[in-house]
Amino acid sequence: MFEKILSRSQLYNAFFGPRQPEPGTIFLLQKRVYILPTRPGLAYALALAVMLIGSINYNLSLGYILTFLLASMGLVAILHTFRNLVHLHITPGRAEAVFAGETAWFELFVENRSGYERCCLSLWHQGKAAQCDVAAGRGTTVSIPAAAQKRGWLAPGRITMDTRFPLGLLRAWSYIQPDMRCLVYPKPDDGLLPLPEPSGGRGEKRVSGGGSDDFAGLRPYQASDSPRHIHWKAAARGRGLQTKVFSGRAAAELWLDWNELPANLDLEAKLARLTRWVLSADRDGLRYGLRLPALELAPDAGEPHRLNCLRALALYDL
Amino acid sequence: MISNPSIQLRHLFWLLAGLALVAAPHAPRLPWWLNLIALIFLAWRVYLGLGERVLPKKWLLTLFVAGGVFGVYFTYRTIFGRDSGVALLVLFLSLKLLELHHQRDAIVLILLAYFLALTNFFYSQTLPTAGLMLAAALVNTASLVHFAAPGRALRANFKTAGVLLAQAVPVMLILFFLFPRVQGPLWGLPQDAYSGVTGLSDSMSPGLISRLSQSDAIAFRVKFQKDAPGRPQLYWRGPVFWHFDGRTWRPGDFRPFGQLRFEATGIPYDYELTLEPHNHNWLFALELAAKIPPNASVTADYMLISRTPVRNRVRYDMSSYTNFTTRGTDDADELRPGLQLPQGFNPRARRLALEWAQSANTDAAIVQRALRYFREEGFVYTLEPPLLGRDSVDEFLFGSKLGFCEHYASSFVFLMRAAGVPARVVTGYQGGDINPVDGYMIVRQSDAHAWAEVWLKGRGWVRFDPTAAASPVRVESGVAAAVPATDPLPLMARTTLVWLRELRYNWDALANKWNQLVLGYNPERQREFLTSFGMNEPSWENMALTLFWAVGGLLALLTAWLLRRMRTLDPVQRLWLRFCNKLGNKGSPRSAHEGPADFVTRAAERYPLKANLIRAIGERYIALRYGERADPRMLAELRVLVREFSV
Repeated sequence: MFEKILSRSQLYNAFFGPRQPEPGTIFLLQKRVYILPTRPGLAYALALAVMLIGSINYNLSLGYILTFLLASMGLVAILHTFRNLVHLHITPGRAEAVFAGETAWFELFVENRSGYERCCLSLWHQGKAAQCDVAAGRGTTVSIPAAAQKRGWLAPGRITMDTRFPLGLLRAWSYIQPDMRCLVYPKPDDGLLPLPEPSGGRGEKRVSGGGSDDFAGLRPYQASDSPRHIHWKAAARGRGLQTKVFSGRAAAELWLDWNELPANLDLEAKLARLTRWVLSADRDGLRYGLRLPALELAPDAGEPHRLNCLRALALYDL
Repeated sequence: MISNPSIQLRHLFWLLAGLALVAAPHAPRLPWWLNLIALIFLAWRVYLGLGERVLPKKWLLTLFVAGGVFGVYFTYRTIFGRDSGVALLVLFLSLKLLELHHQRDAIVLILLAYFLALTNFFYSQTLPTAGLMLAAALVNTASLVHFAAPGRALRANFKTAGVLLAQAVPVMLILFFLFPRVQGPLWGLPQDAYSGVTGLSDSMSPGLISRLSQSDAIAFRVKFQKDAPGRPQLYWRGPVFWHFDGRTWRPGDFRPFGQLRFEATGIPYDYELTLEPHNHNWLFALELAAKIPPNASVTADYMLISRTPVRNRVRYDMSSYTNFTTRGTDDADELRPGLQLPQGFNPRARRLALEWAQSANTDAAIVQRALRYFREEGFVYTLEPPLLGRDSVDEFLFGSKLGFCEHYASSFVFLMRAAGVPARVVTGYQGGDINPVDGYMIVRQSDAHAWAEVWLKGRGWVRFDPTAAASPVRVESGVAAAVPATDPLPLMARTTLVWLRELRYNWDALANKWNQLVLGYNPERQREFLTSFGMNEPSWENMALTLFWAVGGLLALLTAWLLRRMRTLDPVQRLWLRFCNKLGNKGSPRSAHEGPADFVTRAAERYPLKANLIRAIGERYIALRYGERADPRMLAELRVLVREFSV
């Protein structure tokens, strides 16, 4: 019983509130919205105190009125600031996979089901803020940047949502921890070493320049594709840049094998090397397979295969 | 985490506008060089803002500050006064403009602007000032909103500021009426705190009252219980002067406090007088006051003296007799100051007075002789008398014959004394206009007047008005009718336009209401007001307690009203959630991933007895929420079903 009452208090929530990711849509209940004056707000209070003393000292009736009007406005502003944040719905959205060292973007859908607009909401994460305004009965998508430093799953952790609207004298804030994660691939290494030779017996020697025997189809251009494989005729017809993909024996079955890497490389360096190989092989339109100590992905080509490989590398041994 | 973005031009413009609104009314009171500096800095800041140029360096600003503070010190001879304080505030404000880089600086400016708005009330608390400062508060508050929501439209921000101020009004009113009032000042006020108020002075020299007569300012307002006396009887008694040095009349030696001793006939006039602050101790009353206001005494020459200088508007009840006789004293010692004359001044006047004294057999006859002189020798009543030299009385009586009331009163008393009749000068106001709108009589500075009192054996001190002898119109109809049309009078005093006069009456009535209700609300009035509301003992503890509950209650109401639109708007969704809660409380909550159809199926399986009801609710919810056309009847059904549902 005591616990139940406590759990409704703000103080309790501040210290013992949910530290775990909250599944589904997050609803900003009153009890999880906190409010305190900002530094300008404290200066405002100080100015009002001086104005009150001046009014008393000089018996200024209008001075009282002005001081009280501004003081009351400060009180009313508490309500306005609080209601600017409270009762919002926040739903996790997409979080596209990135490579380590890049910036991951977590999309949050902020929904305002109430009958008045919400202004100047900030979502703070790692010292950076994403701003948004939400009209009455509308929603908007906010992308929260996060530095992806390590491979694996990246969760945004605690996000501080705050607002100083309308006067900037008060700050209402709330902590949210949306249940979402972003896949972070290992960072590819510098790429000085070429791809390994296709393994013997299971295909012919790889033709320099990449397998280019049998035309297998087109796929959208990627920044690292060789200009020789761009379908220039299509580009000239205004269909955008597309890359020709080839298959066949010449695009020999390439094995990107953990065991063939030098033994003196550490685990992350090995993964970085394999990641680059996956990217290069995919760019060159090769069929490639990935062999990790406990996992083997059969040779294949194309986008889904590439993503599978990268995912396996990202999550290896975690 | 505090971000300090730079300032947009449109926001800069409104910030400057708000500052100009609070600083502009100070301009006439400030030294010219400070106005110039403020204008130059304002223009400079606009110029820099328009071209997105770099603001001046800090050392330059420090130089300006030092120079400005020096300038203020040399102008006011202090930096700790009221006026010099305002000057410094304006100086810092205009300098801060050149240091306005970030939002933080802008907020400092806005807070200073609020404070500067308050300082305007040192000088004027009239309705127009109040209106102007309210507008300034709106613009400055909108600036706060601009800097809190820089991306928003200006119009929306102004609306937000207006809404905030409007919603603040109820709480403001409660604070105004219930905040325990303390009679200021809390500590010694600066010397110049009450300079610049107009009114009669504690001496009288030629030209002083005629200058005062050109002011339209209100001296006091009077509310008579019944009819007011006729205009010729409206002599409002103020300072009395005994000592003449040839040019200036002064009060003379200290007059002991006494009692009101006189014999009155007829019925007294009862009235209430609201006196504007004039920074002196005397109070005004119709001749002759029959009672003494609280915290005041009366002198032997019938001056009402307040214990403290009148620095705020005061209101007191009075009662006066217009028919009276002061028996007064026969003691020669006490009458001697009434015969004092400076040696070696005005020989012709002295000779004339001596002639009268020799030819007349009573003092009363001398008085009549003198009045006839004023009546018959072609004296002109004018606001613009020529400057007089050393023998001012001689020059006036035998030379220019152009004078205002102080000339008449002064030379009349001089003649009386020279003839051996005790006399004294009385200043005050003569006249007053009834405002037909609210029935208050208004007495203005332009009604300022001086007259004489002569001591006659057996009758005591008797009032004689030499001005009335020379210009009877002055006493019967007022200054405007009496002076030549070319004299400079306050515009309104002479107007013959009916609508203008009516407008002015309405305005005065409004200003009077404002004074009585708002500006006159002091600790005493607060006690009366709260007692009339049934508060038995309006101590500050009681007020604070009431204040606390009243503000709390009001804020609670406002909260309820503000948050009323916070609820989810959709009634269907509300009913559905209620239904889910009912099931959830019984131990089968809906999972986050579970759609309504799945949940209904599961619940129906778990509670077979209620399965039909559960399915009915589910069907209606799905139809209402996801269906093509929602039937309003279905919503009513859903409401009933959910209400009756229980497990």
